[in-house]
Amino acid sequence: MSRRALDKNQQATVDSAQVAVQSRGYWATVLMRLGQDKVTLVCGAVLLTIILSAVFADAIALVDPYKANMLKRLKPIGTPGFPLGGDEMGRDMLTRLLYGGRLSLFMGVTPVVLALGIGGLLGLVAGFMGGRVNMLIMRVMDVFYAFPSVLLAVAISGALGAGVGNAIVSMTLVFIPPLTRVTESVTTQIRNLDYVEAARASGAGNLIIIRVHVLSNVLGPVFIYATSLISVSIILASGLSFLGLGTEPPEPEWGLMLNTLRQSIYVNPWVAALPGAMIFFTSITFNLLSDGVRSAMDVRL
Amino acid sequence: MTENQPIIDVADLSVEFVSRDATVHAVNGVSFTLNPGEVLCILGESGSGKSVTLRALMRLLPSQARVYGQVMVGEQDTLRMSERDLADLRGSEVAMIFQEPMVAFDPVYTVGRQIIETIRRHDKVDGPEARQRALKLFERVQIPSPERRLKAFPHELSGGMSQRAMIALALACSPRVLLADEPTTALDATVQIQILLLLRELQREFGMAVIFVTHDVGVAVEIADRIAVMYAGRFVETGPAREIMGNPRHPYTRGLLSSTVQGQLRGQRLEAIPGSPPDMTQLAAGCAFAPRCRHVHPACLREVPAETWPTSDNMVRCLL
Amino acid sequence: MSSSHPKPAGIAATGSSDLLMVTGLRKYFPVLGGIMNRTVAQVQAVDDVSFSIRSGEVLGIVGESGCGKSTTARLLMHLIKSDAGEIAFDGQTVGDGDGLELREMRRQMQMVFQNSYSSLNPRLPIEETIAFGPKVHGTPTDKARARARDILGKVGLDPGQFIRRYPHELSGGQRQRVNIARALALEPRLLILDEAVSALDKSVEAQVLNLLLDLKQELALTYIFISHDLNVVQYVSDRVLVMYLGKIVEIGTVDDIYERTRHPYTQALLSAMPSMDPDKRIETPPLTGDPPNPINPPPGCRFHTRCPFAEAVCAAREPELEFSLATDGDEHRVACHMNTADSGHTRVPA
Repeated sequence: MSRRALDKNQQATVDSAQVAVQSRGYWATVLMRLGQDKVTLVCGAVLLTIILSAVFADAIALVDPYKANMLKRLKPIGTPGFPLGGDEMGRDMLTRLLYGGRLSLFMGVTPVVLALGIGGLLGLVAGFMGGRVNMLIMRVMDVFYAFPSVLLAVAISGALGAGVGNAIVSMTLVFIPPLTRVTESVTTQIRNLDYVEAARASGAGNLIIIRVHVLSNVLGPVFIYATSLISVSIILASGLSFLGLGTEPPEPEWGLMLNTLRQSIYVNPWVAALPGAMIFFTSITFNLLSDGVRSAMDVRL
Repeated sequence: MTENQPIIDVADLSVEFVSRDATVHAVNGVSFTLNPGEVLCILGESGSGKSVTLRALMRLLPSQARVYGQVMVGEQDTLRMSERDLADLRGSEVAMIFQEPMVAFDPVYTVGRQIIETIRRHDKVDGPEARQRALKLFERVQIPSPERRLKAFPHELSGGMSQRAMIALALACSPRVLLADEPTTALDATVQIQILLLLRELQREFGMAVIFVTHDVGVAVEIADRIAVMYAGRFVETGPAREIMGNPRHPYTRGLLSSTVQGQLRGQRLEAIPGSPPDMTQLAAGCAFAPRCRHVHPACLREVPAETWPTSDNMVRCLL
Repeated sequence: MSSSHPKPAGIAATGSSDLLMVTGLRKYFPVLGGIMNRTVAQVQAVDDVSFSIRSGEVLGIVGESGCGKSTTARLLMHLIKSDAGEIAFDGQTVGDGDGLELREMRRQMQMVFQNSYSSLNPRLPIEETIAFGPKVHGTPTDKARARARDILGKVGLDPGQFIRRYPHELSGGQRQRVNIARALALEPRLLILDEAVSALDKSVEAQVLNLLLDLKQELALTYIFISHDLNVVQYVSDRVLVMYLGKIVEIGTVDDIYERTRHPYTQALLSAMPSMDPDKRIETPPLTGDPPNPINPPPGCRFHTRCPFAEAVCAAREPELEFSLATDGDEHRVACHMNTADSGHTRVPA
């Protein structure tokens, strides 16, 4: 055998002996790491429970959430027929919380999803094109970014008026700038990496490069950022409802419930605090979950 | 305490990094001694464990590292000393220089201030005298316009200049031992040779013992009295530089030397070592080099070859 | 075949075996500063660089950091736009409309980068990475994948084992082989290797160099080999080009450069290589000081501030690239006043 063939043979034998045992894709690795992270798994379970109970509120709830009974006003937790007590109109708290979850979650998640689509696209374009296009888009975002998010949301909502739809529009507008920023920053980093240059050197056009090389690498970090925004969004949505700019009574919604139960703190503080507790738990489990997924995705490749 | 007592005596040093994914056995039983005024070069490729060994000597490893063994510096075991005693030792008796000079300096303060601070911490002298010493140091390491450069911030210095400043910082308190972790790897060839020669001069002048870690054979030859070749966390061969270069005994050393490209080999095929360095999370039982070794024997796979001493100066870990 | 003019006069004057001809290449990068981000200075990265490469040869480009060799590589690949100068591939200028189209040029000329890891998309399996290029140029997916498998075998990686793997599962040497495979998938004629082996361990470097030379022979390739390692360049190259601060200071056959060196900078570079013999160590550094900043290069000859033979004329005028006065064949050219017959320098050979 020629020297060259000998070398190749030797090389191949050693290579195969030393090659890694498992060939796992990136997402498979992430899932495996998630599986080992107990905190994240617990949060995931809790969140799943909250979401499922909101979705299936019809099946779980025993009573009509709108049915008021003035004799049962502010009954404490554990009263027969009112497992979590009664609210200020005598409605069953448990049922109200379950149904309230629907609107709160909907108002929390939808704006982030919409903002991800719009802001993500803008950021991708800005990051990839660079130059004047980038400057134009990012400076416009900077203007919005200058306002504190709560103030901005309240202002836009105030201008548009109350209602779930308006609240969602207002929050989407609030979340577009930060998502654009994060996407633009990640895209710019990726755009300068060698493998994008190599793709360009292969003769690929911009759209193909974005689709094959940039998108999959950008989505990860951006997605994580978006999920961390959900926890903020839920609080913001509740806040808007609390201020009367979101849901209108008698719809059950956690923020609105906090508002209407406000005066009852002195009578039955436990019941009055319940909606707040739900907001807190939902928000924090989203947060911890997104943290856990982020650290699982941070594979030392 | 006689003059011939080694200044550093390492016995059976091992380091593991424990993480949730795997355990990396970075260093597996390293023993050596260093005499005063001697330059030892640890030569190895990436993943051999050479940098980890160096940092383990002064306990400069992250918290997930587990260090075993004994490291005697003078009369004290650094692995068992208190944090406070260790901090006293660092800088005054034992100094370190790194590949990235930026690592050694705090970016918020001028280099002059940091050197003066180090001097004052270890030798109780007043400000003006410390400043004089810092100035002399800068002159000694051949930094042009030393007065002006003392007032510079780390990022304002070029590559070669900041390396010299880092050397000045290391020498501030006339240490007896200098630990150097690939300080010239990131430098251009013409700057690298300047720094190497400077280090050689300073070593002679200050009488320091030096442990120099590198992957470049040429650099090792230029700076070392003794060379220790490291592979997969163990020393596979040690000896005087002349011996290692002229008469390499271990197959890895031989392979390393013959695969180091020299222009004179133009037209001939290079003698490359097949395969790549092993995965440090899954070290097999026997000799770590066995899968790539031309002379492998079943006995090599059973257990790690023990140290043998063909001459009093040379050590080889091989069954050949 | 070879020209006796100091500079290539144009496409027609040179032999038809010139695969690549570069004339007067220039690239300055603006340094922005001030409130309105105005251009306050220029990084003169590549300045009036001209050379040619013959089909089938290996041209080595050496120099230290800041000399412009990587920028030159990117200019040749049209990854950045040049400020001035002409690049002709196989006699045709690129991107002119009537000459070679950029996309077609991309098939003929490919590049392998230094960082084996960041050159590969971490989300794509190896097969997809290699098949990407052919797919972009219209090859149907199954044919592209077959090609990828074929090429992997040629670079010494068993296709059965490696096509589904991801970059993070490979060693540095294996990744660099993948990069080479990716570059070769488009069947180029010219390959630019930008410090392609510099980041590899020495034992792996030898493997990859052997591979590169085998492939060159098998596939009739031409290489531009950029490196700061003079040993490797000497081993691999037929001709060598030395750059300093954006300019070519010396060019010639490998023996011209290594054995009949004429430029003081080349001499310094060669003397700065560490010796392999413990008894023959270097005693004095060949050059002092740091390489100067490409933002404000010295006037006249850019090397004169560090040159041991510098005289008044060196600070006044820039030397031209001219044939070596020691007349070593017709390949060897030097940009130094000591080599220019009537420069006024006292060391011009009589």
